[in-house]
Amino acid sequence: MTRNVVLHVADVHKSFGGLHALSDVDLQVEEGTIHAIIGPNGAGKSTLLNVCIGRLAPDTGAVVFDGQVITGKQPHEINQMGVVRVFQTPEIFPDLTLLQNVMVPAFAKRDGPFRLNAMQPVEKRTDIRDMALHWLEDVGLAGQKDAIAASLSRGDKRRLELAMGLVQNPRLLLLDEPTAGMSRHDTNSTIDLLKKFKGRGMTKVIIEHDMHVVFSLADRITVLAQGRIIADGPPDEVRGNPKVQEAYLGGAH
Amino acid sequence: MFTNPARNDWMLLAGFSAVILCLPILLEPIGAAYPALMQKFCIFGIFAIGFNILFGLTGYLSFGHAAFLGVGSYAAVWSFKLFTMNAIPAIVMAVFFAAAFALVIGYVCLRRSGIYFSILTLAFAQMSYNLVYSVLTPLTNGETGLQLSLQDPRIIDGLFFEPAAGLPRVNLFSTYISGGGYAGFYLCAVMLIVCFYIAMRIFRSPFGMMLRAIKSNQNRMRYTGFNTRPYLLAAFVISGMYAGLAGGLMAATDPLVGAERMQWTASGEVVLMTILGGVGTLVGPVIGAAVIKYFENIFSAFGERTLHNVFGFLPDAIEQPVVSFFALFVGDGWNLTLGVVFMLIVIFLPGGIMEGLRRIWNLFNRRPGDRETMPAAQTQPAE
Repeated sequence: MTRNVVLHVADVHKSFGGLHALSDVDLQVEEGTIHAIIGPNGAGKSTLLNVCIGRLAPDTGAVVFDGQVITGKQPHEINQMGVVRVFQTPEIFPDLTLLQNVMVPAFAKRDGPFRLNAMQPVEKRTDIRDMALHWLEDVGLAGQKDAIAASLSRGDKRRLELAMGLVQNPRLLLLDEPTAGMSRHDTNSTIDLLKKFKGRGMTKVIIEHDMHVVFSLADRITVLAQGRIIADGPPDEVRGNPKVQEAYLGGAH
Repeated sequence: MFTNPARNDWMLLAGFSAVILCLPILLEPIGAAYPALMQKFCIFGIFAIGFNILFGLTGYLSFGHAAFLGVGSYAAVWSFKLFTMNAIPAIVMAVFFAAAFALVIGYVCLRRSGIYFSILTLAFAQMSYNLVYSVLTPLTNGETGLQLSLQDPRIIDGLFFEPAAGLPRVNLFSTYISGGGYAGFYLCAVMLIVCFYIAMRIFRSPFGMMLRAIKSNQNRMRYTGFNTRPYLLAAFVISGMYAGLAGGLMAATDPLVGAERMQWTASGEVVLMTILGGVGTLVGPVIGAAVIKYFENIFSAFGERTLHNVFGFLPDAIEQPVVSFFALFVGDGWNLTLGVVFMLIVIFLPGGIMEGLRRIWNLFNRRPGDRETMPAAQTQPAE
C-alpha cells in the first residue's frame, strides 16, 4: 500500500558557524503514520523540527508540506496549513487558566490568524469551549480547568500543551519529546492518547529518547547521528541495523 | 470565570455608573464635588482605561500616549474654529484623528517589543511635541496655544445663528459645556461610562483573551496560528482613540490647547495612574486617575500656612523643622508625594489599589478551603 507523502524534507542542510547540524537530510513522512526520529544528543533532531515549523531557515533545501513549499513562510501561516508543534520545554500561556490555554488554539483553528471579535463575549462561543473541554478531559486535566496554568507541574504542563496541539486537529503534529519529565504512568497514558488518533488523517512526527515510547508507537523510524540520516525504515529493521546499534542503541543500553 | 458572567458584568456596570453619576454627592465630604475637578476625574479615567487596554492586556508599555491626547485636543479645537461650537462633531473629529495618528505610530513602533517599543513611542511623542512648537505652528499656534477667536469662520454655526457678541461657548445643542458647569461634568461622566462599557466588552471578548495570551507568551501565539501584529495594532489604535476622546473632552470643557499637553510628563502620568490603580483591572485605572488628580489638587493647594495650622499644637522649636520638612511635599513639591506614594505602591502592592482592596476583601471573607490568593494583577480582571 502506498500512501501520500504529507511531509517531505528535501535535501536540507543547516549549519551554525562551523557546526553541521543537518547535512543532506532527506526525509519523507507518509500520511496517517507515526514517524519517530531518534538519535543521540546533538544529532540535529530539534533543529530538524525547527526547520519544519519555520523557526529556522535551512541553508539549502526545502520543506514541502502537502505539495507546498513551507520554508520561508511565517510560523502562523505554517500553523494555519495544519502543522502544529508541541515543544520540548512546555510552551503554554502561564497567566491564563487551563481552559483558556486550550481555547486560544481552538480560536486560531476556527477564526483564522486574525479576527477583530471584540464585542462578542467569550462565553457565547460554546463551540470553542466544548472543543477545549473535550481535549482537557482527554488529557485528564478537566478537573483543574479554572486553575492558572503556571501552577501546574511540569508533567501536567506537557499534557496541557498536548491538548493545545490536539484541539487544532492538525494534519501534521510534531512532538518534541512529549513524555520527557513524565512519570511512567503518565507516559503510558500519553502513549494511549497518541495511539487513539492513529490513522485518523493525523500524521505525527515524534522525537523521543524513551525507546519504550518509540517502539510502542512508531510505524517508521529515522535515525539521525551527527546531522545525517544513518537509518530509515520500519522499527524491526532499524532495531536490527548494526550501524544504529553502534551509533545509538549500543551507547544507550 | 464562567459562573454567570453576564449578570456579574451588568452589576459591575450598574454599580460603576451609579458611582460616577452620584460623584457630586459622594465627593462632597472630601471637598472635591466641584464640576471642574470631577470632569478631570472622568477625562483622565477615560485616558487611563484606554491606556490599560494596551498596557494591561498586551503588556506593551507605551510612553507616548499623550501625543494622542494632544492630537484629539487640537482636532477638537479646530472643529470649534472651523465648523461649529457643538461638542459632538469635535469629539468625533478628535477620535478620528487620534485613531489615524495611532495607526501610523503603532504600525512603526509595534515592529519592536519590550523596552524598544517603549523608547520608540516616547521618541515619536517627543517628536510630535517638538513639531507642534516649530514646523506645525500654523496648525497649532506654537507656544501661545490654539484658542478660539472672533475671526474664526465657524461655517455651520454661521448658517444658523447670528454671532453673539464675545467668544462663543462650547455647547451640546442648547446646553453649555465649557466654563466649568455641571453639564460639562455630566457629558464627561456619560462618556466615561460608555468607555467603561466598551472596555468591559473588550476584556470579556475573544479579542481580549488573545491580547492576554500575547502578553503571556507572544512567541507561542505565533506557533498557535495567530498573526499577532494586527491584534497589537488594533489594541494600540483602540487605546489611541480613547486618548483622543479624552483630549477632545478636555478641549470641549476648556477650548484652549497648548503643546504641554503632549509632553512626556503627561505620558508618564497615565502610566502612573494605571499602575497605581491596578494594571489589567477594569476599575483600577479610573481609581488611579481620580486619586492622582484629587491629590494633585489638594496637595498643590497646600502651603506652609496650612501646615502651620496642622502642626500648631507642637512647641515652636519642633514645629518649625517639621513644617519645613513637610513643606517639601506640598505645593509645587506635591510630585514628591506622588513619587513616594508610587514607590510604596510598586514595592508593597504591585497590583495597585485594586490589589489592596482585594486583600482587604479577602481578609473579611476568608473561608476555610478558599481558593489560594493568586497574583491577581496579571491573572484576572477585577470584578
